[in-house]
Amino acid sequence: MDVLQTVSLFAEAAPTGGLSTAGLVVMCVSIGAVLCLVSFCLYKVFSLPPVEVEEHVKGPLEIDTGDVSDAD
Amino acid sequence: MANQETGGGGAGKEQWASRIGVILAVAGSAVGLGNFLRFPGQAAQNGGGAFLLPYFISLLVLGIPLCWAEWTMGRYGGTKGFNSAPGIYSMIWRNRAAKYFGAIALMIPLVIYMYYVVIEAWCLGYAIKYITGALVAADIKAEGPAGYDTFFEQFVGSGEHGANFSGGNLFLLGVVALAFVLNFTLIYRGVTRGIERFCRIAMPVMVILALIVLVRVLTLGTPDPAKPDQSVLGGLGFMWNPQFEKLGDFKTWLAASGQIFFSLSVGFGIIINYASYLRRNDDVVLSGLTSSSMNEFFEVVLGGLITIPAAFIFLGAAVGEKGTFALGFESLPNVFALMPGPALVGQLFGFLWFFMLFIAAITSSVSMLQPVIAFLEEGFGLRRHASAAILGLITLLGCGFVLYFSKGLVALDTFDFWVGSVLLFVLALIQSLLYGWAFGIKRGATEAHRGAHIRIPHFVQLMLKYVVPIYLIVVLVGFCYQNLPEYAAKISENPAALGSILFIAAVLIMLLLLVRIAGRRWEAEGRLTYDDD
Repeated sequence: MDVLQTVSLFAEAAPTGGLSTAGLVVMCVSIGAVLCLVSFCLYKVFSLPPVEVEEHVKGPLEIDTGDVSDAD
Repeated sequence: MANQETGGGGAGKEQWASRIGVILAVAGSAVGLGNFLRFPGQAAQNGGGAFLLPYFISLLVLGIPLCWAEWTMGRYGGTKGFNSAPGIYSMIWRNRAAKYFGAIALMIPLVIYMYYVVIEAWCLGYAIKYITGALVAADIKAEGPAGYDTFFEQFVGSGEHGANFSGGNLFLLGVVALAFVLNFTLIYRGVTRGIERFCRIAMPVMVILALIVLVRVLTLGTPDPAKPDQSVLGGLGFMWNPQFEKLGDFKTWLAASGQIFFSLSVGFGIIINYASYLRRNDDVVLSGLTSSSMNEFFEVVLGGLITIPAAFIFLGAAVGEKGTFALGFESLPNVFALMPGPALVGQLFGFLWFFMLFIAAITSSVSMLQPVIAFLEEGFGLRRHASAAILGLITLLGCGFVLYFSKGLVALDTFDFWVGSVLLFVLALIQSLLYGWAFGIKRGATEAHRGAHIRIPHFVQLMLKYVVPIYLIVVLVGFCYQNLPEYAAKISENPAALGSILFIAAVLIMLLLLVRIAGRRWEAEGRLTYDDD
């Protein structure tokens, strides 16, 4: 019996009715890892200081990029 | 971030107005139907929870590194005055051939848009049908799953070619037209006022809608006492219980790699365009990681907890064999119809679900238009309204082709396989070779870390140069080995499939010619020089 089959037998135990212990672990670890990563990233992004406007550009924060106004 | 200074472009160059804006835009481009429909189906069919092991390995080895490389190359090209892939690739690799590889990076989003907008219209159409109550009406509910299967087939015109243009099916055409108008309105408004502003609203709205549906699904309990196994826990178990023996099957690893690849939108030619609107010292490392992690949130957390569990609760284990469209447009409407409570409950959640899918689709589809718009503007000096009009005509033609040859969804399927799958792998391979070998990982690391708020481990650069290309080749060969015979046979057996291939070839030839003309303009303007000059 190889390693994968042995582990599968363990995984099939389902004390929680439908969702096995292994399934619960996989679900929690996967979702937990993703939530930790996205939380870390968003925390870093929102805790950074605002982007500095370059010194030689003085103007309103919202600058018209001329996307529509240059229509003929 | 909002300023008009550039690294070399002309006046009025577009740029992202905020750090979170570009992150949400890239995340919006990546998050789509695949997160909610393809991922759960792939996981359920390929070992359940065990699928997550090759999935996360692929994310770390393939997905995130390729993402970083694409962000880096895009920003670099932008500082050199180019926003389109042909120009950016020419800056990365100072060779006359480079720009022609960029034609592939234009073709992929262009052709994918032609059928993706149709799928987007399906989502919007279904959302409208839920508002009107058509999908929870007594007659369709009485027919059970077969009723929803038939509804979908009639709705998309998969019974025969031209069905969507016959008198009884003009609703879909109207919704497609509406989707077109919405897409082009957003793209016409530009990067800052259109795409960024929309994504800043759309992405949080998507999260809220998905969370509402998630709470509903996780509180369903056991709706049918006669089927105690078909419960929330049973559904979660069906999705997450690991079948470790599947890890010994190459198909599982192939499916996981492919899913990561398609999910993160690397190799689409979109990230490289979006990143080109960054300034020279804007961060790409944290931004790239953030947008990738947001995609994973929608996929693993929301997609993993909603779709398969909900479908399993009402329909049982058979849902595990369903493909993306069958799961999304046949099984799930059945689920909403069977939800406990008055019909209004299913109507509400059905609307929320399909409207969320529509928003996910439109944030993706609008990103597919921007690369070609950028090329037409900088390659030919066209203004936005002219480039939008030309692009509108081209995509309308392609969309019409997909809508007409709808029997068995053959045109859509053919476009999706050859361009949305095979060519995607090819472009990702090209980009990894450009970054690792033409640009160089030393220069790439320096460029990536310019303005970066987190560091990329050095081994990632080595992986990009040596491991990722080999990994991609293995995945591409495996994917082709598994699927190519079937699709190659279709070309000879099905005239519509052959016609779709010819259409793709015509688009490619057109783009190659346009790139040649644009390249000559750039050379004449002195914007393009080569190593052999």
